[in-house]
Amino acid sequence: MLDVHSNGSSPDAIEQAVRQVLGSLAGDMTTTEAALLSELEALGREVQRAKTEIAALRVDDINESHIPRATDELDAVVEHTANATNEILDVCEGLEAMQSRVPAAESEKLAAAVTRIYEACSFQDITGQRISKVVAALKAIESRVAAVTARFGPGADAPPVVEVSAPVTPVTQGRALANGPQLPSSASSQAEIDKLLASFD
Amino acid sequence: MAMDTNMNVLIVDDYKTMLRIIRNLLKQLEFDNVEEATDGQEALAKLRAGNFGLVISDWNMEPMTGLDLLKEVRADARLKHLPFIMITAESKTENVVAAKQAGVSNYIVKPFNAETLREKIEKVLVHA
Repeated sequence: MLDVHSNGSSPDAIEQAVRQVLGSLAGDMTTTEAALLSELEALGREVQRAKTEIAALRVDDINESHIPRATDELDAVVEHTANATNEILDVCEGLEAMQSRVPAAESEKLAAAVTRIYEACSFQDITGQRISKVVAALKAIESRVAAVTARFGPGADAPPVVEVSAPVTPVTQGRALANGPQLPSSASSQAEIDKLLASFD
Repeated sequence: MAMDTNMNVLIVDDYKTMLRIIRNLLKQLEFDNVEEATDGQEALAKLRAGNFGLVISDWNMEPMTGLDLLKEVRADARLKHLPFIMITAESKTENVVAAKQAGVSNYIVKPFNAETLREKIEKVLVHA
């Protein structure tokens, strides 16, 4: 079986090879040669169909339009929630400034309410980190789509673009373990972390 | 035992809103001398130049992470005993273990509440 990936052949090269083999089969054919011819013709049609399907997918749109638009929308979500959170924090700081001007009992209730709002506002950090993970996933998809397009899409026979690789920075332990927030089902609670820390004492 | 709330506290996070939230929660605990940094490198420069009694740091920051900052702090002769609390969304066991092995004083997972912050700061400063 031909392995398109391991020998680095493009679909057009495979098609050409099939045509060459077909052209060399002249004169009377044995049953085996006829079967081989039939298989090669089928393979040629399969390659052509795959090329047509990939072209019809308009995969370029994914990288040129869909993914950039999606990441822009996500950036806008982060910006809007940050703005809203800062607005809420402005109001909370205003309420804290009023505390000294209200009776002690009310002041205490006010302080407790403001503290709860501060705690709740930390959602912005968590959602921001989750969105960053989604953006990273989109970029990974973008890169895979680009690789598929370069290999099988229109212009697959063009000379490969030589990518200039970025300088390699060493991955520290801190960076290697920076995975962002876990999903609630797999995240450790504060109590579990406290227990783990206590096990070191 | 009462905490010394006059000390300088450095809070490190790449999210400005989180810095603001932690600063306000610290203010409620009467810590008024609070400085900010947005990554490990900036924090390290401030720690080396200043006189701090406590660091509260996020983990996931560019270019220097909180864990790498912690390692730098523990490797610095003047800073090595500085109380260091990690506040992070990184809640995997391997993260907590790595932080503990690097010398973290305590570890708070986000989202957190004010009471947890107060309790951990008190614990760290009393045992410092």
